[in-house]
Amino acid sequence: MRLDQLPLRQPAHIAAIDWSALGPAEARRLRELGFDEGVSVEALHCGGWFGRDPIACRVGRMTVAIRRAQAAAVRVAIDA
Amino acid sequence: MTPAPLVALVGNPNAGKSALFNALTGARQKVGNYPGVTVERHAGRFALPDGRPVELVDLPGAYSFDPVSPDEAVTRDVILGRQPGERRPTALIVVIDAANLDNHLRFLMQLIALGLPVVVALNMIDLARRDGLEIDPDVLARELGVPVVPTVAVRRRGLDELRAALAEALTGPPAGEPNADAIPELPALQKAARALAARAVVSESPGRKISQRIDAVALHPVAGPLLLAALLFVMFQAVFSWSEAPIAWIESGFAAAAEVLGAALPDGFWRGLILEGVLAGVGAVVVFLPQILILFAFILLLEASGYMVRAAFMMDRLMAGVGLSGRAFIPLLSSFACAVPGIMATRTIDDPKDRLTTILIAPLMTCSARLPVYTLIIAAFIPNRSVGPGIGLQGLVLFGLYVAGILGAMVAALVIRRTVTRGRGSGFMMEMPKYQWPRPGDLLMGLWQRAWIFLKRAGTIILVSTALLWLLASYPVAPEGVKQSEYSLAGRLASGVETVVRPIGFNHEIALALIPAMAAREVAVSAIATVYAIDSADEEEATLALADRLSGAWPLPTALAFLAWFVFAPQCISTIAVTRRETNSWRWPGFMIAYLFSLAYLAAGATFWIATWAGL
Repeated sequence: MRLDQLPLRQPAHIAAIDWSALGPAEARRLRELGFDEGVSVEALHCGGWFGRDPIACRVGRMTVAIRRAQAAAVRVAIDA
Repeated sequence: MTPAPLVALVGNPNAGKSALFNALTGARQKVGNYPGVTVERHAGRFALPDGRPVELVDLPGAYSFDPVSPDEAVTRDVILGRQPGERRPTALIVVIDAANLDNHLRFLMQLIALGLPVVVALNMIDLARRDGLEIDPDVLARELGVPVVPTVAVRRRGLDELRAALAEALTGPPAGEPNADAIPELPALQKAARALAARAVVSESPGRKISQRIDAVALHPVAGPLLLAALLFVMFQAVFSWSEAPIAWIESGFAAAAEVLGAALPDGFWRGLILEGVLAGVGAVVVFLPQILILFAFILLLEASGYMVRAAFMMDRLMAGVGLSGRAFIPLLSSFACAVPGIMATRTIDDPKDRLTTILIAPLMTCSARLPVYTLIIAAFIPNRSVGPGIGLQGLVLFGLYVAGILGAMVAALVIRRTVTRGRGSGFMMEMPKYQWPRPGDLLMGLWQRAWIFLKRAGTIILVSTALLWLLASYPVAPEGVKQSEYSLAGRLASGVETVVRPIGFNHEIALALIPAMAAREVAVSAIATVYAIDSADEEEATLALADRLSGAWPLPTALAFLAWFVFAPQCISTIAVTRRETNSWRWPGFMIAYLFSLAYLAAGATFWIATWAGL
């Protein structure tokens, strides 16, 4: 499952990140904000009246806002 | 005497760095700029427990040693001693958020690898505890090999221990050159940082998760946007209604000063220059100060509490529609008071194309200098009648002018993003910090610094331009029987301007008012008043008398075209100057002037011809 498909409030962890799908600056920011394989992740909120973009998710201990376009590069596995 | 050692304060964004800087240096701060880049330099002094003075420089927050934004590049270059205008720091104080060790330890590990003496401030330890996180600083100190001091910067806790640790770090033999090659890459540190963070966490309980509970409301799909709209409403209300009294005081203060000076100075060149040039120019700037202070106070409060990022989050979808990101929301919001601080606030946008686009559309937000112009024309030409329960036609027109500016900005952003700043944006990725109570002292300090920067920027530019425009309007002196406003250089320039603006319905008087209004838009009102020879000390009375005169003198299509012109025209030298400063070239301010004047010309022309055709 991709992070942009993850239902809200469903604890999961990052299985893989397709770094090549992201621009170099995007990839760097994503890494700096704590995205890495094995880190826990949970989608918390969707923004805006005009769509469900962007999403706010908890990554490790941090809350991060990210657009669905970038979140699609993150593969997640739902925690049992 | 050797200068005080330079210590750099480094850390991730949202680690509480600025609060720690304020806590350590108090009011003894200097804000400047690094030469050649638009990055602010904050420096201050404090004394170590043994009395030795230390100079502390607060470096821009960075996530790693590998810079993405110009701010982060300054951080790296200062630490390596490569930044022009800055000594190489002798030691570093690295601030890390106790509740976010996984991420902040990576940057700390990079900095330790450099070889400079490092003292770590394990900050916001209280918020970590609130979230149920118990951390052992000794584990960190032992494994990293550097002193680790728990601090709560906003509550001024742990500062003595931090100063003592720094004194010790500065006592040893001086370190060699920092070795940038020794720094491991960020990905290589991820796992090590997480493992160390796990070892340093003694216990973890559910905690109170206050931020999550607030977000459940603040980011709620229905309640969140409503709360944001309510906050914005209160903010605008405050900007315009709370500022009325102080603005009146400032105006009467300047009027009194003009009277005293006018009585003291002999007639002649200097009297005119000082009274109508310098004093009027300074007054025109200072009068904006109450509104700007109120607006800044709100923005600082929203930023320091952590809400602003949530506002950007909710606005991102809307901004993305025109090719911008949620980060553009804050600068554009500031621009409703004045585009100058708005354009300065674009520094927080790290994508250069997003930032440039935001700068270019900022002048389209209806700034408060347009209000006097709108008020005058609306009072003169729009009948004061009701168009619905509680809705007056005059208010509706004013609202329409605001909306026209916003729509114009959105269309402009769409076009600019597809032409001059074409290319893929870097999206919207932002850390959402925890909510916290800001410290009033820190807010006041920020308010004072921003107000001072505004006064310095806008003040010098407006002062020079009003003095210059006064010269243009006063010389050469007209002979008996000829109007000075026609005979002066400005009057002759106006004749040239008139041939250009005649097709869009403007008359000679408007052409004359457009020239001095370049200093600041609201000057158009006093310029028109001068042309129609209305002289009254009471501003309200003068506006009423002037509105009366205008409604007889101008046809309605001309008046409407004049309003449309002011929605778009870049009638403000300060904005142009600050754009030149922030973009470091004349290319973008040149582009801004060209596109805004073209828009203004087209909008005014269309308004005039449609209104004439409709028989208004």
